[in-house]
Amino acid sequence: MDLKDLYRDVILDHNKRPRNFGKLEPCDSSADGNNPLCGDRLTITLRLDGDRIDDIRFEGKGCAISTASASLMTEAVKGLDRSAIQNLHAQVHHTLTDHGGALPPAELGKLAALAGVREYPARVKCASLCWHTLDAALAHVGAPDAASAASVSTE
Amino acid sequence: MTAQGYDVARVRADFPILATTVRGKRLAFLDTAASSQRPQAVIDAMAHYERTSHANVHRGVYELSQKATDAFEGARERIRRFLNAASVREIVFTRGTTESINLVAQSWGRRLGPGDEILITWMEHHANIVPWQMLCERTGAMLRVTPIDLRGELDVAAFEALLSPRTKLVAFTQISNSLGTVLPVERLLAAAKRVGALTLIDGAQAVAHQRIDVRALDCDFYVFSSHKLYGPTGLGVLYAREAVLADMPPWQGGGDMIRTVTFSGSTWTELPHRFEAGTPHISGAVGLATAIDYLESLGIDAVHAHEQRLLARATQALRAVPGLRIVGEAAHKAGVISFVLEDVHPHDLGTILDAEGVAVRTGHHCAMPVMDFFDVPATARASFGCYSDDADIDQLVTALGHAREVFG
Repeated sequence: MDLKDLYRDVILDHNKRPRNFGKLEPCDSSADGNNPLCGDRLTITLRLDGDRIDDIRFEGKGCAISTASASLMTEAVKGLDRSAIQNLHAQVHHTLTDHGGALPPAELGKLAALAGVREYPARVKCASLCWHTLDAALAHVGAPDAASAASVSTE
Repeated sequence: MTAQGYDVARVRADFPILATTVRGKRLAFLDTAASSQRPQAVIDAMAHYERTSHANVHRGVYELSQKATDAFEGARERIRRFLNAASVREIVFTRGTTESINLVAQSWGRRLGPGDEILITWMEHHANIVPWQMLCERTGAMLRVTPIDLRGELDVAAFEALLSPRTKLVAFTQISNSLGTVLPVERLLAAAKRVGALTLIDGAQAVAHQRIDVRALDCDFYVFSSHKLYGPTGLGVLYAREAVLADMPPWQGGGDMIRTVTFSGSTWTELPHRFEAGTPHISGAVGLATAIDYLESLGIDAVHAHEQRLLARATQALRAVPGLRIVGEAAHKAGVISFVLEDVHPHDLGTILDAEGVAVRTGHHCAMPVMDFFDVPATARASFGCYSDDADIDQLVTALGHAREVFG
């Protein structure tokens, strides 16, 4: 197995120069994600325009897979509404875990670069942490304690 | 190359797993601190027991049950001799180091109350932190923690200052699993005794790498796991000084630990069985006894010298890798090297090294306070055993160069 399938140029680039890195202040919702087993942590802040994500940022510390996955995700979900995000999350999840070796669907765009993770089961949670954190942030919108961040932890 | 006639090639031939390949590459197994591999002798002894001698122990009058009991109790005697304990009544079988510590916390710990203190160190494995935290929550006792410095040395002066007549137990590791630091055990034990505290040594990282003599140490508890001593998983040992153990209430109830059972109450059997409820890991005990025979046939001092030579060689080689920082540079270390590589997260490093056949642990090593202290999310850790060799180190260094290329 070639490591280049995992650490593709897109991944290495987004790890070195993460897009949408930082914090939105003020924001409509935020969530902290952490992966206790590896110590990866990230915080997502987002602003909504109706049901669509108007702007989104992330910050935190993690491995190349988790940083690149979060960076790629923020690019992909900007402008999407909840149902489109849910749809995209499902496709990403399938791509990360499908051992059938099928090509990632075309709608994934640059996110398809994460497909190499499927050969490294121990690393799937690195790539999926940001998506679970985004889910938590969206579920948290309008909650009574919306001023504080929701949190999610993957094992 | 061999040190004082230590023939590592012959030792390697005793471990069948070392002949396997990983992702098409020679296996460089550098994760012995997490779990050691097993020699053929251990695998054979366990299989032989299962084929010829298995029945439940301490129960039947038939010959097979007696054979199993002899094998199991023979293993206990072998462990007593290995530790130089005074009596087999002081050797309790558990599931591992973690369970041994929990046994002490839940049984001996019942006597603690508000105003009492337990003293540990900053470099403990979670197994020697969390049971004490839980005990303190239950009893109102307080947990004190001895600080460490940036080299990974224990602050012995602070340790001595933290001791007081309130200190009821001092529990510390003999060798840090995350930093490799060898603690000044004799000095810590002497200081603990001056205030009348009991002492527990976590020997998980020590038993396979240096000679242990619990009577010379004069500690109250000594705990370790079989699987870090070339034996099987699922088995550990609690050594407890007889006078201390005799005064402890049972912790798990069931078969094998009772003398009589009636619905108006039960009475407990003698030591050490009082602390061994249920059917034990009989084949595991046979395997551990064989692992001890094996290690002693190599000579623990010879193994120690071999691992110290590897430690020196690997430390020198890793220091020469650009961007690599060793975490934990105590003056006195065992064959454990934690490190981080600039701009490469330890988990990415673990994956890249794996692709080169190099097995190292990456993560927090069940020592999150140590990671926080050094302000790293995780480290990569290479650790050595009796079968580790120069080729393992060379393969690690080459793979680290490859990681730098990928992330260059």
